[in-house]
This record gives sequence, C-alpha cells and structure tokens, in this order.
Amino acid sequence: MLDFLKQPWPWYVAGPLIGLMVPALLIIGNKSFGISSSLRHVCAACVPAKIPFFQYDWKKEIWNLFFVAGIVGGGFLAVSLLGNPDPIQVNPKLQAELASYGVTNYDSFVPADLFNWQALGSAKGIIMMVVGGFLVGFGTRYAGGCTSGHAIMGLSNLQWPSLVATISFMAGGFIVANLILPLILKL
Amino acid sequence: MSVNETLQEKKHHEFLTQNTDFEVRSLDAVCFNESELKHPWWYNLKYAVAGILFGIILIKAEVISWFRIQEMFRLQSFHMFGVIGSAVAVGIISVLLIKKLKIKTIYGEPIEFVDKKFNKGNIYGALIFGFGWAITGACPGPLFAQIGTGALVIIVTLFSAIIGTWVYGKFRDKLPH
Repeated sequence: MLDFLKQPWPWYVAGPLIGLMVPALLIIGNKSFGISSSLRHVCAACVPAKIPFFQYDWKKEIWNLFFVAGIVGGGFLAVSLLGNPDPIQVNPKLQAELASYGVTNYDSFVPADLFNWQALGSAKGIIMMVVGGFLVGFGTRYAGGCTSGHAIMGLSNLQWPSLVATISFMAGGFIVANLILPLILKL
Repeated sequence: MSVNETLQEKKHHEFLTQNTDFEVRSLDAVCFNESELKHPWWYNLKYAVAGILFGIILIKAEVISWFRIQEMFRLQSFHMFGVIGSAVAVGIISVLLIKKLKIKTIYGEPIEFVDKKFNKGNIYGALIFGFGWAITGACPGPLFAQIGTGALVIIVTLFSAIIGTWVYGKFRDKLPH
C-alpha cells in the first residue's frame, strides 16, 4: 500500500480526488474552492494602502489562508513521507529539448537548473521567477480566479465566464510555452 | 447580534457582491446568526487539514511539476488533461448532487452558489495568467505546494505574485473590464 502511495498517482486517481475538494469545502463550511484569492487577502491584510480593492474585512476570508498554509504543509508531508525515490519521468522529446538549454536535473519537480538563488542574478532567472510570478498574480486577479477557482470550481458550477477564462489561460500557456519560453531558456 | 455588527456584515456583503472579483464572497450573508465571527479561530483548522490533503494530492499527481506543465502545453502528455478533466467531471456531478439533494453544510446551513459575471478580465487577465503559468510552471496552488517540498526559492515567485495582485488592485480602475 505504502509503495503504491509513493509512486506518482495516475490521473484517474488524482483528478477525481481534486474534484472532491469542491464538495468537501462546500460541505465543511460553504466555501468555494479557490486559491488565488489568498494573494489578495495577503495584500488586504499587509499593504491595503487605501486601495478600494483591498478595503474589505479580510479576516472573514481567513479560511483561505488556513487552506493555503495547509497546502504548504501537505507539500512537505508528501515529499517527506510519500516521496518517490525514482527520478521524474518526462517525455523524451521534452527531455531532449530541455537538454539543449542545459536543463538536465530531474531530481525535483522544480527544475534546480532554472529555479535557484544564484539564478536570481541573471536575466533568465529574473524572468522565470520574478516576472513569471508577477504575471501569475496579476493575471489571476484580473481574471477573477485561477485554475482552481475557474477551471475546477467555476466549471463544476457550469459558469460560462469560467469556461472563457479557462480557454484563455490555456491559450496563453500554449503561446508562451511553445513560442516565447524557448527564447527565454536560451538566454 | 448587535445592530452595529449586522450593519458591518451587510457592508461587507455589499462590497463583495458589487465587486467584479466574484471569487471572494461573503459566506455569512444569508445567515447572519451563524456568522463565522461567532466561531472560534480554531474552526478554521479544518481548512488547514483540507489544504494538507490537497497539497499531498497536488504533489503525488505531479501537478506541481514544472515538467508536467511543459508537457501539457506542448501536448506531449495526456496526464494533466486527464487530471483537470476528471476533476471537473467529479466537480460537476458533486455540485449537481448538492443542488438536487439540497445537501447542507455540517452546520446545517444551505449551500450557496454565486454566479460569476463575465467581464473582459476573464479573457485579458486569463491570458496574462497563462503566460505566467507557462513560465513558472505553477499556478497559485502549486506555488504553495512547491515551497512545501523545500523549493524555498519559489518564495520569491510567490512574493512576486502577491506584488502582481497588489499592482492589479492599484490600477484596476484603469484596466478594461
């Protein structure tokens, strides 16, 4: 059993479990599954700066911060108790392409060749970590949600704006991953 | 509950419903008597437990893997499409069942759903998020999970995402919606 749990879980196990987060959060406290809002609550709590968008009682939404803190803890538990000892399996085509950019380390889900403290001193690292993060935070809030709020929760509740958002962020991802990211990785 | 508290509650609800960001909503608006404020803080620990489970699933499904995201956007693997597709299928069935069977929360409150209203941010904002997703290989949930796995440098990415959210809030009036 433990051996099974340590292996990467197939999509038909993991996907339905993720889907069950929707009713779980609704039933334990009437909460809509969503994660990017937590970033807004942090802004509202720490630097509201009289911006109307951050003038609300963030303490009422504090469940969301407990939830994301739990995700950090879950990440820690998963690697320390259920860590997969084998290297990560990646499509050979992608592996070949990444090798041409010097990305060869498959020990961690976050490629150590790209995301590390030294890289923050290079243009490539700044784009990957700082600019990338900025786009995620800015874009999700502008879109009114991320993969969890729109693609999972919104689509579960058959909201067409969420379908538009999901198609749009998949489109944005396709464009950058195929056309722009190769240029960044060559830097 | 005092009149003052009820007013505050109403104000909070109005702010959230008039806001184009429909992800945040007042959860107590229908039922003032069972306001979260009346619950001690440790009631929130159940959300931390839910987060822990979700974090473990994200890791074991390799959803937080930068490599998996690249495979998805290059159509080199079915995995991510299978995860998202089956999650949505289970979500749709769950929401249908909750509505049909009028399932209540564990506190006996009716479960609320808020319709999302379309605005242009659903396109422009989502495109921008997609750009960032392809670069960082992480949407907001995985950012937290990646930090948990020990990739501490991702704190920089998360911090930058918070700044991005703040900048959006600052210039929100000037952006097309």
